[in-house]
Amino acid sequence: MKAPGRSTLRAPDLVGLGFHGLRAHPVRALLSALGIAIGIAAMIAVLGISTSSQALVREKLDALGTGLLTVTAGDDLFGNATKLDPDAVARVERIDGVQHTSWSAALTDVHVYRNRAVDPGATGALEVLVAGPSLLEATGSTVLAGAWLDAARSQLPVVVLGETTAQRLGITDIGALVRIGEHTFTVGGILERSPLAPELDTAAIVGPEVAEKLLDFDGHPTTIYEQSTEASVPTVRELLPATVDPKAPNEVKVSRPSDALAAANTVDQAFTGLLVGVGSIALLVGGIGVANTMVISVLERRREIGLRRSLGATRGHIRAQFLVEAMLLAAYGGLAGTLLGWLITAIVARGNGWLVEVPPLVLVAGVVVTVVVGAIAGVLPAMRAARTSPTVALAT
Amino acid sequence: MSARAVIEFADVSRSYGSPPTLALRNVDLAIEAGELTAIVGPSGSGKSTMLHLMGTLDRASSGTVRIEGIDVGALGDRQLSALRAHRLGFVFQQFHLADGVDALDNVATGLLYTGVPRSERRKRAADALRSVGLGHRLGHEPRQLSGGERQRVAIARAVVGRPAVLLADEPTGALDTASGAAVIEVLERLNAAGTTVVVITHDRELASRMPRRIGIRDGRIEADRRASAAPATRRRAGAAT
Repeated sequence: MKAPGRSTLRAPDLVGLGFHGLRAHPVRALLSALGIAIGIAAMIAVLGISTSSQALVREKLDALGTGLLTVTAGDDLFGNATKLDPDAVARVERIDGVQHTSWSAALTDVHVYRNRAVDPGATGALEVLVAGPSLLEATGSTVLAGAWLDAARSQLPVVVLGETTAQRLGITDIGALVRIGEHTFTVGGILERSPLAPELDTAAIVGPEVAEKLLDFDGHPTTIYEQSTEASVPTVRELLPATVDPKAPNEVKVSRPSDALAAANTVDQAFTGLLVGVGSIALLVGGIGVANTMVISVLERRREIGLRRSLGATRGHIRAQFLVEAMLLAAYGGLAGTLLGWLITAIVARGNGWLVEVPPLVLVAGVVVTVVVGAIAGVLPAMRAARTSPTVALAT
Repeated sequence: MSARAVIEFADVSRSYGSPPTLALRNVDLAIEAGELTAIVGPSGSGKSTMLHLMGTLDRASSGTVRIEGIDVGALGDRQLSALRAHRLGFVFQQFHLADGVDALDNVATGLLYTGVPRSERRKRAADALRSVGLGHRLGHEPRQLSGGERQRVAIARAVVGRPAVLLADEPTGALDTASGAAVIEVLERLNAAGTTVVVITHDRELASRMPRRIGIRDGRIEADRRASAAPATRRRAGAAT
């Protein structure tokens, strides 16, 4: 007698069976896919929001470069605040590789107010800074509205506000008047936020000449800004303390703002890791939901399993059918969740004025991970289905 | 033992549980190609066990079961499944049709595990449905069909792969007399066209219409009679074993 042919299930038919199984209970499929979708949406939104928030900073950093170093006055051996030498700026300028230098001086006893009626204690955590020439070039800042302090305006009671300062004081128009110390200043410009010099954002900036005249400025800078090429940063950094204060080089502090930004990003990443962890727990719960649905499905469909066995399905075919069904179920959730996560990212990023940036790999990984979760969740129910005895299944 | 035997039982027993209860005791049986056989017995007599063994859905505890000369005891799951996919067709009392799927696709499922492409499956399914007199019902879903029509759809599904043997377990059990008679007519027609048919029933009246009747009780064959006067469509009357 000739041996019968083989029992074969074609791949498209296998996928069709998976879809068929889901169509039989659409509400159930929807609910268990929802679990997966929420998990993956949470993960993608967390990753997307964190990358989107960093994208803008990174883009600015790339544009500004990381060649900015700042020198600030430190403390002497006895813990007293030291002052920087007014001539130090000119000395720094002569170091090889230095492109721009500038300085600023914080006036600790003077504060900025909206008008003379404001309580002197309500300083709004705003600082009054005296700015040397070319501070904009050195810090890579740009003017949002109005104009920067030129030689003429430095002599006059004109102030340039950081963006946050302007917001806190409620100033939107150039030409508005503010009160600094005992004097009235005209707002000449508003600066855009610069990631490399965040201190300018909460400052009211005036010129040195007018500061000396009206605000008792003593001519000592508190911060020196120095912009050089990135390659020369290490050598410049070594020379800076001795150049600024040859007598006590240990009393000045040199820092690189771009390093601080990078560090802040690293902190963000640790936080992101935590949130992704929470998201993966949601995904795990979703996976258990899929497994649960499949176990019930196998119990309910014993007759179908028996029938399929009688039609010539091998145990492997039954196993594959339920496995594919679990994977499709999870993939539905994965697709919906990925879409949802991207949408959440887009809404949050748009709301904060960030660029929407979700790495495409994350989107692909989102779907792949859910399919893997589905496969793992489906293994046990599928094996159970394959073990179901056809005679018992048909008798029920 | 004839070489033409499609199903052969040699000293077959099947026991369940512990302590073992014997559902079949030392059964010897041969069903030849082209026969239309009824296996009759009260419930609990072992007739369902017998059908499951014939259909390779279950294995004998002892003895040998041969389908088309092949000892099924020696076959693994894949080979047994292949045998069911290509050589055996099943009809059940409860039809076991898929809801929400039309008659054509239900019948096409009968070829799902034979590796035939979908379009070809549907074409053959349409032919099979026409052969059971349901050519006008291809697009109807099971719930739109009467019980008798559903069972005929199930028969079409069983024979769409042109099996050597059609095994029917109480095919008229859930039907009224008229629908049942129509179903039996279909089975007789298939048999006349060359398919070996085994019908399991507890209905003696139904069994009496069959050319060969095997009575079973308490797991033993009690009687094995062939009708002396065969229906007009049949030429193969008389004993062969």
